[in-house]
Amino acid sequence: MTYEEGIFYVVAGMTVIGALGVVVARNVVHSALFLILALVAVAGLFLLLSAEFLAIVQVLIYGGAVTILILFAMMLTRVRDVPQALDGPQRPFAAMAAAAFLSVTILAVVGTDWEALGATEKINVIPIEALGDVLFRNWAVPFELASLVLIVALIGAIVLARGEEGE
Amino acid sequence: MIADNPWVDALLRLAVIAVLLPLTPIVLNYLERKIFGRIQMRLGPMRVGPHGTLQTIADTIKLLTKEDLRPSSADRWTFELAPYVVVVPVFLAFVTLPFTADLFVRNLSMGLFFIVAVSSMSIVGFVMAGWGSDNKYALLGGVRAAAQLISYEIPLILAVVAVAMIAHTGDGRGSLNLAEIVDGQGRVPYLVWQPLAFFLFAVAGLAEVYRQPFDIPVAESEVVGGPFVEYSGIRWSMFQLAEYGTTFLLSVLGALIFLGGWNWPLGNEAGAALQVVLIVLKTSAFLLFFIWMRAAMPRLRIDQMMSFCWQVLLPFAFLQIILNGLVLVYDWPDWTLGVLSGSATLLAAYLTYRGARQAAEPYSPRFTTVTYERVS
Repeated sequence: MTYEEGIFYVVAGMTVIGALGVVVARNVVHSALFLILALVAVAGLFLLLSAEFLAIVQVLIYGGAVTILILFAMMLTRVRDVPQALDGPQRPFAAMAAAAFLSVTILAVVGTDWEALGATEKINVIPIEALGDVLFRNWAVPFELASLVLIVALIGAIVLARGEEGE
Repeated sequence: MIADNPWVDALLRLAVIAVLLPLTPIVLNYLERKIFGRIQMRLGPMRVGPHGTLQTIADTIKLLTKEDLRPSSADRWTFELAPYVVVVPVFLAFVTLPFTADLFVRNLSMGLFFIVAVSSMSIVGFVMAGWGSDNKYALLGGVRAAAQLISYEIPLILAVVAVAMIAHTGDGRGSLNLAEIVDGQGRVPYLVWQPLAFFLFAVAGLAEVYRQPFDIPVAESEVVGGPFVEYSGIRWSMFQLAEYGTTFLLSVLGALIFLGGWNWPLGNEAGAALQVVLIVLKTSAFLLFFIWMRAAMPRLRIDQMMSFCWQVLLPFAFLQIILNGLVLVYDWPDWTLGVLSGSATLLAAYLTYRGARQAAEPYSPRFTTVTYERVS
């Protein structure tokens, strides 16, 4: 076993433990903390694939910012008093949705002819300059649309919050 | 490569950081108390050792041997893991920080980005500490810390991005590699070309290490120490280690990207010994700034802190990015950037001054003139 494989199994194990913890933990804050573990471990997987930029973005956006906002919202709403909030009568539907998504993912991975798409045994590292060129030149419009979605969400949040205040 | 085996190599490199980083708070704490003493017209620690030099070592021993307490109602794992989540990112960030041209652990091609991303992880630790302690003050402090660190991270990152955008490299401009950024500065440090980014970096850096005037997350008189209320002994000292470690990290980073790192104005080829002297001097300047601000500034209110970030720092950060973009696209000479960024800095300083004046204005009850009539 090469050392990359060793690291892979450690990191993949952490991802799975984190993901399981999100679902199994009784306390919502614990779930959020497990989510951080899972997301950071995924960054480790990206690193093993030599996708440095993606790994760092994963840590910065998901590990640092998004989950903090989730934690923030939960702490301000006193979740500690309702530990059973994670469970409900919709359990079978959630399990079905999760199973369906998992099977679609596995089918996609198994069914795709990776070699025809240009996949090789060797990882070819994409320099960050090339990534930037592709993102901001070839795919500039989808990129801008994504930020548009965020702005719509932001304005929506402000409208909702203001409406509750009665202004 | 220090060793052939990648595991041994990685372990050796980590050991260097793990040994050196715990020493920084011991030195920094002593310096801070001495400088504080001078500013407040007293001597600072004098009793333990010559000029009190052994004081912080004695304090460290005291802290490490103190009982490690945990409140019975605290959330066990969250409480106990929080200090690690705060400390580990600081260690990670030092992995890629070059001190001189040859003195670094590992030179990553995206080092600057790596440092910024990794150090953002420590916010999670503050929130964990605040929530896990099961203490109202700790929770308040944790929420304040999260709000402040997330907000001020944005201008900090944008200031750093502004530097990375126009960094001179061998084949054009723009680099995230810290060694390349330093080499690209040559005789003239980037402080001269982008004073605005420097200003943003310094102010947001102060907020990132929650020092005065941005110390509301840990303010003793408001939240009795914030997220650390319930911590004692070695766990508390880990938070201290993270604070001084981050201060040191930001100082070295600022010295590298704004003050020219191991270069100096008299020529590019400084020898190894001179490089060490230069980086120590430049880092010390930043450290002195951080300590001095703590002694000199009053504390901001939470609304003042927030509006300063979102209404002053953030727009000016975008302004610097836009200026740098114009320089890149139209190939303007560097001095135009210096002039534009400099005048924007003056504008930002004026706005800050005006805001501070308004905030500091004493409450003046409006007296109405009362006239009396003689009662006959």
